[in-house]
Amino acid sequence: MEATTRFKTLKDLPTEDYVAPGNTMCAGCGGILALRTFHKVLGPNVAWVNAAGCMTVTMAYPLSPIKSNWLYTAFASAPAGAQGIRDALDVLMAKGRLPKSEDLKVVVVSGDGAAYDIGFQATSGAIDRHLDFYYLCYDNEAYGNTGFQMSSSTPWGSSSKTTPPTPAYPLGNTNRKKDLFEVWRVEKAPYVATLSNSHEVDFLRKVEKGGTIRGPKMYIAFAACPTGWGYDPKDSIELEKLAVQTGVWPLKEAVNGVVKHTIVPRTLTPVVEYLKRQERFEHLFKPVEKTEAIQSIQAAVNEYWRQASASEGLQVRLAETP
Amino acid sequence: MNGRLLTGNTAAAWAARLARVDYIPAYPITPQTEIIEVIADWVREGAMDAKFVQLESEHSMMTAAGAASLAGARVFTATSSQGMLYAMEMLYNVAGWRAPMVLMNVSRGVAAPIVLEPDHNDVLAARDSGFLQLHSETCQEALDLVLLAYRVAEDSRVMLPAIVNMDGFYLSFTRERVLLPEQKEVDRFLPRYKPVGPLRATKPVSRGSAVMEGWLYSYFRYNTHASSLRAKRVFSEASKDFEELFGRSYGPVEGYMLDDAEYVIVMSNSFTALGRQAVKAMREKGVPAGLLKLRMIRPFPADELAAMLKGRKVVAVFDQNIAPGSGGILYPEVAASLYNVRGRPNALLPVVGALGGKQITSKEMAAIFDEMKEIDREGKDPKPIFLMRKDELDRAQKAVAVAEGGK
Repeated sequence: MEATTRFKTLKDLPTEDYVAPGNTMCAGCGGILALRTFHKVLGPNVAWVNAAGCMTVTMAYPLSPIKSNWLYTAFASAPAGAQGIRDALDVLMAKGRLPKSEDLKVVVVSGDGAAYDIGFQATSGAIDRHLDFYYLCYDNEAYGNTGFQMSSSTPWGSSSKTTPPTPAYPLGNTNRKKDLFEVWRVEKAPYVATLSNSHEVDFLRKVEKGGTIRGPKMYIAFAACPTGWGYDPKDSIELEKLAVQTGVWPLKEAVNGVVKHTIVPRTLTPVVEYLKRQERFEHLFKPVEKTEAIQSIQAAVNEYWRQASASEGLQVRLAETP
Repeated sequence: MNGRLLTGNTAAAWAARLARVDYIPAYPITPQTEIIEVIADWVREGAMDAKFVQLESEHSMMTAAGAASLAGARVFTATSSQGMLYAMEMLYNVAGWRAPMVLMNVSRGVAAPIVLEPDHNDVLAARDSGFLQLHSETCQEALDLVLLAYRVAEDSRVMLPAIVNMDGFYLSFTRERVLLPEQKEVDRFLPRYKPVGPLRATKPVSRGSAVMEGWLYSYFRYNTHASSLRAKRVFSEASKDFEELFGRSYGPVEGYMLDDAEYVIVMSNSFTALGRQAVKAMREKGVPAGLLKLRMIRPFPADELAAMLKGRKVVAVFDQNIAPGSGGILYPEVAASLYNVRGRPNALLPVVGALGGKQITSKEMAAIFDEMKEIDREGKDPKPIFLMRKDELDRAQKAVAVAEGGK
């Protein structure tokens, strides 16, 4: 990364907080953690534009845990809300009716349900119009707020409330996770990045870097979800770290379409280490281990890193399939 | 003021221009598209100091419109038919946000089957959204009502968005003589929009927050209702100012030959012109006929309507819409306005007609008045009328036979 970054080590994490403690999110929620870190980099002058999801219910009138502006729009159209706010501020400043000091950074915050599914079209429109905004998707790989139903972000082999493993459907969800990073990249968003709460410096630098770019700045933050994934809330960061180390969640960015992996695991930890710690994958191990399914997941991860290594010249030792 | 021949669509665009709107999020749909084309042209030529942006759907268009209004911009947009329905979720939201933008709806029947010409199922689907609604009979009214809509919507006693309706084709593409108000005078009538608690760096706000309990939700919903009811008085004040400046007077309802009328037809929008003709023809035959036009649909002008209808013998409600399984949409609203009124009309005749812009002949209009007279004379119960002529039914049945591969 650039030498000009403010963020060299974890000690550079800004001390200012714009999210109050004691908010109503679940203990161990990766989503609110991502929002908090994101906000630290952006500073105070922000308009959050929210799509229906877990964050929506933490902004329960008359209280707000966030010290900046907030607008809840609807499930499908938060990027259009960002468009309206950005345009209104621009028009009013251009007409001299609003001082520049009142300007806001406009940020959409949504879960994967809105980003991958119902708000897909509105997001595409905003990218197409080259809207100057940030999009923070906290990706917990299902509709968490409604009790964990499958989204198009849910990984292959995961159970969910609408893809329960049964004798007839032993694998749970058998759709492949949509590659939203690639979708946004080919739609020509000038900056697209993945984030993980386990890699804070990488996280901070990416938000900082986005701030130097005009147009859509698109982020997908891996958001560990203790209630949906089924693990002890204290393990959220560890689980996110495992997702990075196993190669399941690659940390990367695309600047004007050119992809670069920002954290490269030298040796991939076997995916089984990640899978076996979550109840959503329990059916892959019980009552009997579904070796073929686990192999298939490992093979997909290996194939991803084989291609990434080839195109970027990385040195990654792949994990053995069990 | 100078008169020009303008289509309803161009008149609506002029209204947005004269209102000095800051922001126009848009999405094309027939028969509204000409409005956004004209505005796009003016913005690009520099004749309008505003930002025009084309969204990827009406749902997004309404989201952007409401959000921009909350950020302090005066916002105008337009839609029709399916677009209104596609945006519907956001109509409720924008009203709940108390974002006083103006939406021009150019009425068109709703699919399926798909059709181009007007009826009012589209705009009346929004009747419970919290938007104010003003409906226009002429191109002049379409322009004037947009100016009035901003004045009322942005009033601190109201703070609700508004829909102005005009009929597709019959107004949207029909040239009429329209008096364009002077900009100076519009500026006097319509001061700059003052947002309440806009999104700002120095004073952050939360808008659209969730309320997790019914008592709080009820509080806000009633608040919207009370504000809408208040809009009636605000409209009357604004209307008085409007008349002083421009010489045209607009009430929430308007009577035509009502003085001694015993048989009255209630109508709205452009087909009211046919009602006026029918009333005139009836009068020439010595029938005490009259007409009441609904200009304001939300808030519903129940008191004004009751005051003008009490003491009449029979009233017909002409609904250019249909609620399958019930009948016309406005009929029960008119009935509710009259039920508790002493001296209410003896009978209320429901009429549904002109769906999808179906032409109405003077004979059909005359038949409605004949039916009212007969109900009065025979003392019989009114039976719902669905307007469809024999020749039209024959043609429809032939079309069905062709579609089915018959002779």
